[in-house]
Amino acid sequence: MKDDDLIERYKPADRANHWLTAITMILLTLSGLALFHPAFFWLTNLFGGGPWTRILHPYIGVVMAVSFWFLAHRFFADNLMTAADWQWMRQLRDVITNHDERLPEVGRFNAGQKLLFWVMIATMLLLLLSGIVIWQPWFAPWFSIGLNRVAVVIHSVSAFALMLGIIVHIYAAYWVRGTIRGMTRGVVPRAWAKHHHPGWYREVSKGAK
Amino acid sequence: MALQSLDITARSATTTPSPGVRETQKVAKLIDVSKCIGCKACQVACMEWNDLRDEIGTNHGVYDNPLDLTDKSWTVMRFSEVEVEQGKLEWLIRKDGCMHCADPGCLKACPAPGAIVQYSNGIVDFHEENCIGCGYCITGCPFNIPRISKKDSKAYKCTLCSDRVSVGMEPACVKTCPTGALVFGSKEDMIQHAEERIVDLKSRGYKNAGLYDPPGVGGTHVMYVLQHADQPQIYNDLPKDPQISLLVELWKGVLKPIMSLGLGLAALTGFLHYVTVGPKETEDD
Repeated sequence: MKDDDLIERYKPADRANHWLTAITMILLTLSGLALFHPAFFWLTNLFGGGPWTRILHPYIGVVMAVSFWFLAHRFFADNLMTAADWQWMRQLRDVITNHDERLPEVGRFNAGQKLLFWVMIATMLLLLLSGIVIWQPWFAPWFSIGLNRVAVVIHSVSAFALMLGIIVHIYAAYWVRGTIRGMTRGVVPRAWAKHHHPGWYREVSKGAK
Repeated sequence: MALQSLDITARSATTTPSPGVRETQKVAKLIDVSKCIGCKACQVACMEWNDLRDEIGTNHGVYDNPLDLTDKSWTVMRFSEVEVEQGKLEWLIRKDGCMHCADPGCLKACPAPGAIVQYSNGIVDFHEENCIGCGYCITGCPFNIPRISKKDSKAYKCTLCSDRVSVGMEPACVKTCPTGALVFGSKEDMIQHAEERIVDLKSRGYKNAGLYDPPGVGGTHVMYVLQHADQPQIYNDLPKDPQISLLVELWKGVLKPIMSLGLGLAALTGFLHYVTVGPKETEDD
């Protein structure tokens, strides 16, 4: 494959920002699950034990929230839902059975990616706010026990929604061949772009000429 | 308090049975509010036996001292002046501290294996060496009892002198009470004793005298004889019908198992999709 068969999809700063968010999220998933169900408590060993897991989790959370805030700014404009996206959603069956030829034209991001973007905005906000309420020993004592109870439920439900979204995200990146390279090296093959993101491909090729 | 034990009924964040071959008798401490004179000898005995000295605080203009439970003050007397009937002022003094619930919300909420245990005698005990300092016990407790130490970020509360009880002694507070307002024994005996006290109180005009052993938490191993059992809230907000919050039940009883399973199923679905449907490849590849 010649070099000019590759086109840039993510700039170096996009990639760095994405992976900082991804690494912190993996750490948060592991430490959060450790404190959620006893079946996962052994994961505290990865963080230096139970107390260290409890200490580190919220700080990592703040790093993720800040990192994602920048990421959301980078990708905001490309993630607004369009009429074609809703059509794409209605044809989810065609999406998962690989009948891509029946789908409406996709721009820089498809509707699934956009949905994840909005799920992330909502859950990150809820996680941050509820996380501050239950942050021991700094902030939790400021809030009533009743509010702490509401916050633990919101925190676990939003974390679950986010983790489900991320499981789909990771799988989709592997499932759609050629995608991971876009985020590791920043480039994708022309054929990939034409096939999966024709709207975006047209725009990029126009600019190049 | 940590003790090697063979009589553990429940252990926090543990899904298999704990060492429990030894069955011990259910115990209870009975606090007869009508006999309490507010001398705070129990508070002193508690700090003596547990070898704890709280910070010397400031006088807030009321008898309550310290004003609240702390990591070092596991029991406090709460004083309320209440006009139960018009023109009849009553001074109600309630010894506050862990109620040792049969269905402990702290233990249900705790994520650290073995940080909270319940013995077969009913005592709910914190094992601070396993505590991670997350404060979930506070979230789970319907009585607002556990306190996290600023010094070590561990949760502390009344142990019901589990170390004394395990060798056949009564709790330190009971040992020292000069009026007999505190008694300790088998839960059965304490209920019987309470009934006798209630008959006596009723004969003296306290027609609503009764036992506080709230069923919403499965009963407690610290019980009160109240002159006005129909309105426990006048005893410095003793909850009328305490139960583990529905939010905590939802969190630990429903969401915890279902969402954990859900994540596993999501990952499995992805795998099965890949081996059945296969990847999305571009034509040119």
